[in-house]
Amino acid sequence: MLPRNDFVSVAPSETSEREWRENVHPDGWRNPAPAARYHLAVIGAGTAGLVAAHAAAALGAKVALIERHLLGGDCLNVGCVPSKAIIRTSRLVAEMRHAKHYGAQIPGDIRVDFSEVMQRMRGIRARISRADSVRRLVSAGVDVFFGEARFTGTQTLTVDGATLRFKKAMVATGSRPDTPSIPGLVEAGYLTNENVFDLAELPRRLLVIGGGPLGCELAQAFSRFGSKTIIAQSWPLFLPLEERDAAQILSDAFARDGIEVRLNTRAVNVRVEGGHKLVDLVSDDYKSTVAVDAILTGTGRVPNVDGLNLEAAGVDYDHTGGIRVDDFLQTTNPRIYAAGDACLEDKFTHTADASARIAVRNALFLGRQRLSALTIPWCTYTDPEIAHVGLYVRQAHEKGISVKTFTIPMHDVDRAIADGEEAGFVKIHVKEGSDRILGATIVARHAGEMINEITLAMVAGIGLRTLADVIHTYPTQGEAIKKAADAYNRTRLTPFRNGLLRKWLRGWV
Amino acid sequence: MISEPPMAEQTLDQLQRAAFSYFLQAANPANGLIADTTRDNSPSSIGVVGFALSAYPVAVERGWMTRADAVQRSLATLRFFRDSDQSGSPDATGYKGFYYHFLDMQTGIRVWRSELSMVDTAMLLAGALTAASYFDAETDEEIELRGIVDTLYRRIDWSWTLGGKATIRLGWKPECGFLNYGWDGYNEAIVLYVLALGSPTHTIAGDSFEAWTATYQWENLYGHDFLYAGPLFIHQFSHAWIDFRGIQDRFMREKRCDYFENSRRATEVQREYARRNPHGFAGYDEACWGVTACDGPSHQQPELADEPRRLFGYAARGVPYGPDDGTLSGWAAMASLPFAPEIVLGTARAMLDRYPENLSDLQYASSFNPSLSRADRRAWVSAGLFGLDQGIVVLMIENYRSQLIWRLMRNSHPIRTGLRRAGFRGGWLR
Repeated sequence: MLPRNDFVSVAPSETSEREWRENVHPDGWRNPAPAARYHLAVIGAGTAGLVAAHAAAALGAKVALIERHLLGGDCLNVGCVPSKAIIRTSRLVAEMRHAKHYGAQIPGDIRVDFSEVMQRMRGIRARISRADSVRRLVSAGVDVFFGEARFTGTQTLTVDGATLRFKKAMVATGSRPDTPSIPGLVEAGYLTNENVFDLAELPRRLLVIGGGPLGCELAQAFSRFGSKTIIAQSWPLFLPLEERDAAQILSDAFARDGIEVRLNTRAVNVRVEGGHKLVDLVSDDYKSTVAVDAILTGTGRVPNVDGLNLEAAGVDYDHTGGIRVDDFLQTTNPRIYAAGDACLEDKFTHTADASARIAVRNALFLGRQRLSALTIPWCTYTDPEIAHVGLYVRQAHEKGISVKTFTIPMHDVDRAIADGEEAGFVKIHVKEGSDRILGATIVARHAGEMINEITLAMVAGIGLRTLADVIHTYPTQGEAIKKAADAYNRTRLTPFRNGLLRKWLRGWV
Repeated sequence: MISEPPMAEQTLDQLQRAAFSYFLQAANPANGLIADTTRDNSPSSIGVVGFALSAYPVAVERGWMTRADAVQRSLATLRFFRDSDQSGSPDATGYKGFYYHFLDMQTGIRVWRSELSMVDTAMLLAGALTAASYFDAETDEEIELRGIVDTLYRRIDWSWTLGGKATIRLGWKPECGFLNYGWDGYNEAIVLYVLALGSPTHTIAGDSFEAWTATYQWENLYGHDFLYAGPLFIHQFSHAWIDFRGIQDRFMREKRCDYFENSRRATEVQREYARRNPHGFAGYDEACWGVTACDGPSHQQPELADEPRRLFGYAARGVPYGPDDGTLSGWAAMASLPFAPEIVLGTARAMLDRYPENLSDLQYASSFNPSLSRADRRAWVSAGLFGLDQGIVVLMIENYRSQLIWRLMRNSHPIRTGLRRAGFRGGWLR
């Protein structure tokens, strides 16, 4: 077991901080007396747990929700919400620096007050935490227990000394950042998503280890705030699972922001000398050492499965894949289901949400909904954003499906030109010879918003041809999707069809 | 009325001959090695040597060199590689039949801690096979030449380059083993796979080629359906040796296209990109393009230290996603000549007229950048000459004029075998 990571600067107590604490884990909370038996006991009150508890309670079920730390989980407290709040500021700063390009005067020296940025983030987090506050849960009829849950049998668990009996249970314990095993890292102190949002001061020099979504997002934000940022990752590309062109555009954007990009590079040792963290990096046969003030790791996540005594409940799991579930999200104990990061490969908030809804229906109402039927988009909120849904070309080829991609560079989209936001593309993959959308990747300033149209089309079974008939407001960046659909339609105009049309028109003269 | 061609045959001949003269200027006749560039202390690049070996037969046919001289130069080169240190030590010349990317011009040993390069070895070997196919006389020297090429080919351990993976690893260093390159998608490596698949001694499985083509992206971009790759040279280098007209692998059969037609479309895409010119660079238009891997301006150059634009130095520039800093390569436009002569001749003429500074003594510089004009309003031009650029110009103009290299390689047994094993059918392979 690794020593606890102590690189935490505790932020000052403020109104918003108090409100947030009051919502997510009130001081002096007393757990209720357990009911005789619960229809559903939910372990973990992150996105999946909260969705499940609210959904089940709304349908009349008696629900217990057990959380060991904070309601809202990583997403609200140390993930999506706080990161998006600071990314917003970082985008503003980047735009201010480019103001001249738009004909606006730069207001002197642009400075970032990091503590104000973090204060704003905490205010936003407190406000959003109201939606899933403990008070709302209680008023919805959910019994909320704070403490460590531990199974004691196939239908019982304990929390804080009390025994809870359940007909059905759902494990939604989430995941935590994986710690890379780099000698000296723990001793030197490092940041993860769990403590980076507690920083009181901007690190002057930051090394981000790992080119995954979180690493990329925060590297860019901190760089824009003024940290001299280096990003090092062992793969030859950023976001190795994404389209390589997306990685190219991102790498370009990072260079513009002044981030030093070290791909194909491993951190092999960390030591502290004179208050500096010295990190040895190796790229093939090239060795170097960088001196930084903080190290942020974003090298993946591991499921939270320890301490639950899952063996007593007959629930199979392993430490990398998490809790073993079937396509109905049922574990090896038919009474117990799982949802979210604790059991899924795709560790996204929206997947946790969707999987929790499936698990509740299947657990309480004899549902037979399948996880594999979901169409799951995702987005990395760098600038530009990278969003994806469905299959990648490589995955389609592996399934023996021939693919054709309709590509619209954003520099062909009028609104993107007007906005000065031309970096990126829309790529829509269809099955060769048809208009069936297999997947799409969008790289654009607002790709996360744009991908929803493609997801809708895929879920509703709408082909690319129909998207060409959808009138898109002009000028919008989303028009790129219509342009891709128009490009599809043009390819249908074979020489034979073209000939027929010309013949028809000749008859009209 | 017959309209004047945009570029006279004579001009084309002069450009081709000037490009060929690089291999005389930059050669060490003792060992046949050719310098990577004309810059001071440039080492030899084995890929450039491959182009030289292919260019000598062109020079013989065009009357720029005697056959005897060409044989001597080729033999010097081939004997050097045959006798080179193959121990794979850090200061050897090669390992397992492959060679380090950069070699000392005099001693032939590895420099710059360069990698053992699979794709550059393939270009070297393609040149050697061109020589073996052309020098077919039953003289002692030409028999020896063919014998050495056979030896060099047979000793290459292609199967080793898989390193336990499905596709070929592209680099290896004695200090760290196989390099962890990101090498997905279509690139210039077809000739590498074809030679690996054609090997009589250490071949690789055919599904290795399939595993590579599974990373291809077939895209509709700017109204053209094509196998996407950003830098223009990717659509040219394997085509210097292999005539892809009318022959198709599984991927191209499915797409009802071939790699030659694909390169034609890539040329159109380059032109479309230049017409759009999304970054507003000076000089870009339908008759001025050529975004590819090349030298380029950088902030390290004293005269550009204060340049506010982003500059990329030597980089694999590509369309439509960049990197693009306004740098174009005249040679790259010219090297698309066989695919789309009606486009390229006009473009080459226009680029010659507008930016004569891009050539010195009719030899193309690696690149020029009209957005970085000097005081005399002439474009920034890359210093010196690069061997790969000269080589591709010689071969592609020849393939346009006489298809000499294609014809020679169509008769090369390893090429035919390799193409068949990669799944190519039809056309001249029938």
